[in-house]
Amino acid sequence: MSMAIEFQDVGDEQRELVGGKAFSLCIMAREGLPVPAGICITTEAYIRYLDDTGLRVKILRELNRKRFEDMRWEEMWDTSLRIRNMFLKTPMPASLSVSLKHDLPGFADGRAIAVRSSAPGEDSSKASFAGLHDSYLNIHGMDALLEHIRLVWASLWSDAALLYRRELGLDVESSSMAVVVQEIVPGSRSGVVFGINPNDPAQSVVEAVYGLNEGLVGGQVEPDRWIIERAGGRIVSHHSPLRDRFVLLAEEGVKTEPLPPDKIQAAPLADCEVRDVQRMVLRGEAIFGGPQDMEWTYDGDRLFLLQSRPITTVGETSTDDQRPWYKSLHRTFENLKELRSRIEEELIPQMLRDADRLAVRSLASLNEAELVGEIEERALIYKKWQDIYREEFIPLAHGIRLFGMVYNDAVRPSDPFEFMDLLGATAMVSLERNRALEDLASAVRNDASLRDALGRGVIPESFSERFEVFIMRFGDLFESLPGANRYGERLIPFVLELAGRKPLEERGTGSDVDDRREVFLSHFTGKKRQEAEEQLDLGRASYRLRDNDNMYIGRVKAQLVKALDELGRRKEQGVFVPRPVAWSGDVASVIGELTRTHSPLTADAEANGFSTRARQIVGQPAGPGLATGTARIVMDAADAFRFKAGEVMVCDAVDPTMTFVVPLAAAIVERRGGMLIHGSIIAREYGIPCVTGVPDATSRIRTGDTLTVDGYLGIVIIERDDS
Amino acid sequence: MNEENDLPGQLRELLEDQRLAVISTRTGDQPYSNLICFVASNDLRYILFATTRATRKYANLMKESQIALLVDNRSHGLVDPFRALALTALGKAVELKGTESAQALGIYIARHPHMQEFVSSPSTALFRMNVEKYILVRRFQDVMELQVTL
Repeated sequence: MSMAIEFQDVGDEQRELVGGKAFSLCIMAREGLPVPAGICITTEAYIRYLDDTGLRVKILRELNRKRFEDMRWEEMWDTSLRIRNMFLKTPMPASLSVSLKHDLPGFADGRAIAVRSSAPGEDSSKASFAGLHDSYLNIHGMDALLEHIRLVWASLWSDAALLYRRELGLDVESSSMAVVVQEIVPGSRSGVVFGINPNDPAQSVVEAVYGLNEGLVGGQVEPDRWIIERAGGRIVSHHSPLRDRFVLLAEEGVKTEPLPPDKIQAAPLADCEVRDVQRMVLRGEAIFGGPQDMEWTYDGDRLFLLQSRPITTVGETSTDDQRPWYKSLHRTFENLKELRSRIEEELIPQMLRDADRLAVRSLASLNEAELVGEIEERALIYKKWQDIYREEFIPLAHGIRLFGMVYNDAVRPSDPFEFMDLLGATAMVSLERNRALEDLASAVRNDASLRDALGRGVIPESFSERFEVFIMRFGDLFESLPGANRYGERLIPFVLELAGRKPLEERGTGSDVDDRREVFLSHFTGKKRQEAEEQLDLGRASYRLRDNDNMYIGRVKAQLVKALDELGRRKEQGVFVPRPVAWSGDVASVIGELTRTHSPLTADAEANGFSTRARQIVGQPAGPGLATGTARIVMDAADAFRFKAGEVMVCDAVDPTMTFVVPLAAAIVERRGGMLIHGSIIAREYGIPCVTGVPDATSRIRTGDTLTVDGYLGIVIIERDDS
Repeated sequence: MNEENDLPGQLRELLEDQRLAVISTRTGDQPYSNLICFVASNDLRYILFATTRATRKYANLMKESQIALLVDNRSHGLVDPFRALALTALGKAVELKGTESAQALGIYIARHPHMQEFVSSPSTALFRMNVEKYILVRRFQDVMELQVTL
């Protein structure tokens, strides 16, 4: 059976074979609506590719590493990237590519085509999950076509699809993906139309932008919006945005450019065209028997229909459902560039100004009421920055992911996270702090008399000066840690411990990074090379800020901790009445989170006549290498200062203010999962084995257990002397 | 209770669903494995199995009572490494005699009625394994130990 069927030849019984999007297009083409010519690559091709290449088992392995319920969104993204890399690195078997080449010549003659996903079940009236799978525009030639078919197949396992796996019924053994290969219409005006306005069922909504629809769908171009009566087509309202840019075809893919001045003032559609678009959606409604949501484009004055799917009733979404937020973290390059400027040029300077402003206020002179008021103010400032962190800083981390895809598409490395080595050569505050600590340790290591003096609790003046400089520079990072009071005294034994081991070298510096950069850039020429450099620059900024923004917000947090400590101290001394303050509202929640004690469970459960314990736990391989050492659970600063060289750091969720411990660690094990979390990033910088996403790590592992950390496979083996 | 964390529940379900186990005995340094029919006690502390006395397995058990049993629910499909459970029981095997044997025989036959003739034969010995520890492997690499407590 042929694995490619032209639109006009698709029968009603082939809906599952060609997927929802393709089937809708075929019906509309059959009914005479203006659909660009296209061909469907059936799910048979996907199934054959998976079975003939053995990829099915590899996907099974990726998806069964741990329970989905135990996976964070970041881990799903990592999993999705690993799977995508498998599709990138696995060519089609010759028999399959010969067969497709035979069926597709009309679409591989050099003209621009679109390669779109069409998953069975997608776009049916029961399930409409727009934007879970990938589509590619402006593809030229057979080789590029076959490669992008593989990428569309890979997007069956996108992170967004994994998030909605239950609703999609996603299953390695039964799920599949069809592909639509379609001529591109170089539309000059495009948009979407909703047959029914969700806010008023007697109306339709038309949205339009200049250029291609990708600007609207991707969110970087704000559309004109018309509300039209369904009966009679009277235009009820027209909203004009600030029109400043549009998306058009580039040499490959698409690009965003400023809108020519003559178009800035003019709406993309005339009123009669708005009505034509509405007439088309109502026709679709009659064909499909329900209201439709369509994408369309005008080539000159000719209207084309690009896609139609039913408008589904959006069920009540729980406010606990974080998935829409995770999905919103996917940003375009343009969006991220703007976000980066705002963060670097406005937000971080503002945050540091807040921290500095608070730091110079004297707490000692405040009476009780004033100190309570000061704490409330500090808590609210800290809360403000926590909110901004979530809304602005976290989304910027997508720049790392975006670069990862660009790198993998170009270089096709065996390790899908190799791109991180290229991002690492960047100024991270946590690494600067660690280098400064290492400098102190190095002075101690090379001077036996200094070592002896510090061991006896004597701090020679020459060292004291160096130590003070360190405290001036990085002290407030330690102050933000729970349980870090008198950190200065504890840092000296810590530096002695550091001096007792040979210095750990950072990776990601020097000529090997330059070489890697050149290898990456050598895959591009001309303007593409410049774009690749910009992608790398954004990736590096995202990587650096991901770590540094925690350090900066740590400075704000330190001011709150300092004020709370002052209140606690004066109550303890009897200066203030020793009853607890009743905080309320946001202040209470911020302080509650700050003072929450993390107490790891010390024993595994006794259940039904058994004592149970984990012998081997599987997480995500986040830093290659194999190491064995004694476990130390690190939940707060007190644990960190007790850390001994060669121990394995076991933590719940480490942030960069705590990673000063890492140069002593033989390996890192973390409950929170992901390749881009701080534990993974710093482990990679030092080349330390790291396993993240280890469920209940701090309760299933005890300080003193012997751990073997397999950072290649993501396995932690626990040995405990039960005697 | 979360099924994932209800380890005794997972064990019970597996031991009730499966009828066959691989038994490992040894002679000197040489390990030796066979398939056997088994039944586990309700509290999962004991596992009953039978063997004829003329077998190498019986001879091994007479010399070394420490054994291992493997019970699993693989389906010989692609998903086995990721979805199958594999349970190893470690403990001591004791040959049952007299009243103990008669009581155990009823339990064994109730689970394996087709084995009645075999297990009732004078040449067959009925054993009780006193389980000391279970080791449960899930999703290929996730390993939990359950020590039987007194």
